[in-house]
Amino acid sequence: MRISTSIYLEICWLGFLLVFGLPFQLNAQLPDSLQISGDSVGAFLNMDATYNRPFLSSEKMPVAVGGYLEANSLYSSEDGVSEGLSFQARRLTLFMSASISNRIKFLSEIEFEDGTKEIAIEFAALDVSFHPLLNFRGGILMNPIGAFNQNHDGPKWEFVERPDVAVSMLPATWSNAGFGLYGKTYSGSWIVGYEAYLTNGFDNTIINNIENKTFLPATKQSESRFEENNSGRAMTNAKIAIKNRNLGEIGFSYMGGAYNKFENEGLKIDDKRGVHVFALDLNTTIKRSDTYITGEMVYAWIQVPSTYTQQFGNHQRGIFIDVVQPVVKQKILGWKDARFNVAARFDFVDWNSGSFSETDLDIGDELWAITPAVSFRPSSQTVFRLNYRYQWQVDLLNNPAAKTASWLFGFSSYF
Amino acid sequence: MKIICQVTLMLAIGLLAACQKTLPFAPEEEDLLDGPVNGLNLEEKAQFLRGDAAFNEVFTIERGLGPIFVANQCASCHPGDGKGSPFVSFIRFGQADTLGNLFLDQGGPQLQHKAIPGFEVEQFPAGAPSAILFAPAVTGLGFLDAVSDEDILQSADPNDQDGDGISGRPHWNQIPDYVDPRDHSLSINGRYITRFGKKAGAYDLLHQTSSAYNQDMGVTSSFESIDPYSGLKLDPEVNIQTINDVVFYLKTLKAPIARNQNDSEVIRGREIFGELGCIKCHLPQLKTGLSPIAAISDKTFYPYTDLLLHDMGPGLDDGYTEGFALSSEWRTPPLWGLGLSTDSQGGNYFLLHDGRARSIEEAIILHGGEAADSRGEFTRLSPSEKKQLIRFLEAL
Ligand code: HEC
Ligand code: HEC
Repeated sequence: MRISTSIYLEICWLGFLLVFGLPFQLNAQLPDSLQISGDSVGAFLNMDATYNRPFLSSEKMPVAVGGYLEANSLYSSEDGVSEGLSFQARRLTLFMSASISNRIKFLSEIEFEDGTKEIAIEFAALDVSFHPLLNFRGGILMNPIGAFNQNHDGPKWEFVERPDVAVSMLPATWSNAGFGLYGKTYSGSWIVGYEAYLTNGFDNTIINNIENKTFLPATKQSESRFEENNSGRAMTNAKIAIKNRNLGEIGFSYMGGAYNKFENEGLKIDDKRGVHVFALDLNTTIKRSDTYITGEMVYAWIQVPSTYTQQFGNHQRGIFIDVVQPVVKQKILGWKDARFNVAARFDFVDWNSGSFSETDLDIGDELWAITPAVSFRPSSQTVFRLNYRYQWQVDLLNNPAAKTASWLFGFSSYF
Repeated sequence: MKIICQVTLMLAIGLLAACQKTLPFAPEEEDLLDGPVNGLNLEEKAQFLRGDAAFNEVFTIERGLGPIFVANQCASCHPGDGKGSPFVSFIRFGQADTLGNLFLDQGGPQLQHKAIPGFEVEQFPAGAPSAILFAPAVTGLGFLDAVSDEDILQSADPNDQDGDGISGRPHWNQIPDYVDPRDHSLSINGRYITRFGKKAGAYDLLHQTSSAYNQDMGVTSSFESIDPYSGLKLDPEVNIQTINDVVFYLKTLKAPIARNQNDSEVIRGREIFGELGCIKCHLPQLKTGLSPIAAISDKTFYPYTDLLLHDMGPGLDDGYTEGFALSSEWRTPPLWGLGLSTDSQGGNYFLLHDGRARSIEEAIILHGGEAADSRGEFTRLSPSEKKQLIRFLEAL
């Protein structure tokens, strides 16, 4: 389809004018000091994201509720072929928390994706605090791998799409039944937090799926994964995060264990195979320019039988980096703290690192994308965003890349 | 700060004003191998799309992959309907002469060297004659399928009566029960002219497709119901309708479109191609007979093959064969789409039956046997003439 005739671009243009034109007409003066978005300056770590959300509560009720909704329109074209314009109601997420007593609390998060196509309990855990450094958490919890998985609420991001490394290499949002400990300690400007959990893990679909690549998110299709651990061995997940209030936060996390069913009814039916994932996450604000930078780098090693096809890689890596530059912060149309950001994201995922055993030629199966964005936040809890995403994806053999470009316009808001 | 904002704004406006250019353009039709032939009706287009989906289906363990296999998808061996790469090449083994395959009880005729987790791969039996095979492009096959037996016979010269050193012959071969011979098909002693595959061992696209499901992916059908791993008859893992759709898809994939046809080097290269006698095997033009699919019925097309077997000399003789072909004989591969090979072979050329030639020039130099004279004349060309010939071949 030729794009020149597309009404969608007009809509993009309108959206753009709305987002960007208005404030300049309303007030050409720019404020002297501009503030950043995100909460990187506070005492919160990424691990606190589940509780660090706007909740509605009433003194008469022991529970607080909240949630967020996101929707967008999408016009994209792959190698000149477009499926037209679509409107997507991506997610409706509801959370509910309750303080059962002073040091026992409960929080749940339920997400409806793409209408009711996917309904998931992303989080439903009981937290019992014995000491700031020693808290128990059990139930369905979000695995602390990287930062995005736990800190994934739409309204916190300037981009309609989630980072590729988080959703197409890692399985965000990735929650599992399990339990463990977490804690935090402060000293001066420093905060250190840890989390350590045992949960259910992956299954054999990570190397047996129609994506035709080693694909950790494939396990999410399993209906029984909250009741049964496929491999019969717990998955270990641990994270340490260190934050300096002036410098930013850095997190190191690991998640791994056996993924295949190697014993059945007491009989060994296969070799035990493991998956190991390491992630490094970072976020910081450059004080001089108020530039907010966040990103994540992930490595995964997956044991794949050498007699199986190399279509399914045994080593993966990926990265995303967001740079968010606030450009306007002022009162607009009665919104006191309205804010405009320009932002850009870089995505990279390599689902199959290494070379073919037959030829030593490099294995492809990689994706790169850049996404420039503009966003308007009438308040910190609501974001309107216009993204343009350009993606290159090569197949296993490194044949000419499929190029996809998308225009996305949408909003995401807590309620 | 104000400046930054204005600059950003202007950049953003510039970006949007260039909206038209922000979406990737479609590659030129002539640069792609996939896509349907022109002139399909609505019903045919729908079947083409179903076949396309089936050709791209990824077989999982639950879906019937293996237990032993070579690859899990037609399209992983024929990416974008083009030629395959070393990663999915495979070994056929067990037959050295026209007496048939002596290794069928040891896993022949094809080595399934991959296995799903928990299973052992097939082992290559020591001493078996064998050849490595690379997947060819699958475009334009409907045209080749619709050439009449008479037309194939017309270019055959088994006893080299014209004395030009070239003695192509059709492969008179047995065909499986499930294959229905085409109308007006010729037959001698129950044997038919088979035309697909490197040894021209497969009669038609149903034959080729059913054995591909079975031997390449370990997927059984009611046509080929014996599981290569257990040797047992299994329930069909792919149904007849799907196989019919795939066959229809293969029949209606467009013929590759030649490029740069007005380039003077290409024009001169075409003449050299004729002068060297390449056209005696790589026959430029063929025509189809009548077909129920109007788009491929009674058409002239330009595949650069005669669909015949030729003795290619000791260099290309791997000691392995199929049906009644000799181990030194190979079917002339069509050269259409040759220049697009690198788009499916990861930027490289892997030519000839086993991918041993890493360039077009190398492929020509490795010709022997009946093509020895052509090869000899090629080596005597001046560098610029060689370049012109290769430019022509790349433009196919
Ligand atoms: C493991 C890799 C592999 C897979 C999977 C595979 N093919 Fe092939 N294909 C080959 C090779 C190698 C040849 C040449 C074989 C021969 O000479 O018999 C071939 C030949 C063919 C041909 C004959 C082309 C010609 O010019 O004669 C057709 C048609 C074909 N394949 C279709 C299919 C279909 C349909 C599927 C899926 C059902 C499929 N292939 C799956 C590797 C593969
Ligand atoms: C005697 C018949 C014959 C003649 C003459 C001949 N070829 Fe071939 N050609 C073949 C056969 C058969 C093959 C396949 C051999 C194999 O796969 O091992 C082939 C393969 C090729 C290939 C590789 C195609 C591919 O897809 O892998 C090219 C290129 C080629 N020929 C070009 C030429 C040129 C140029 C000439 C003239 C100089 C020529 N041929 C003359 C029969 C012939």
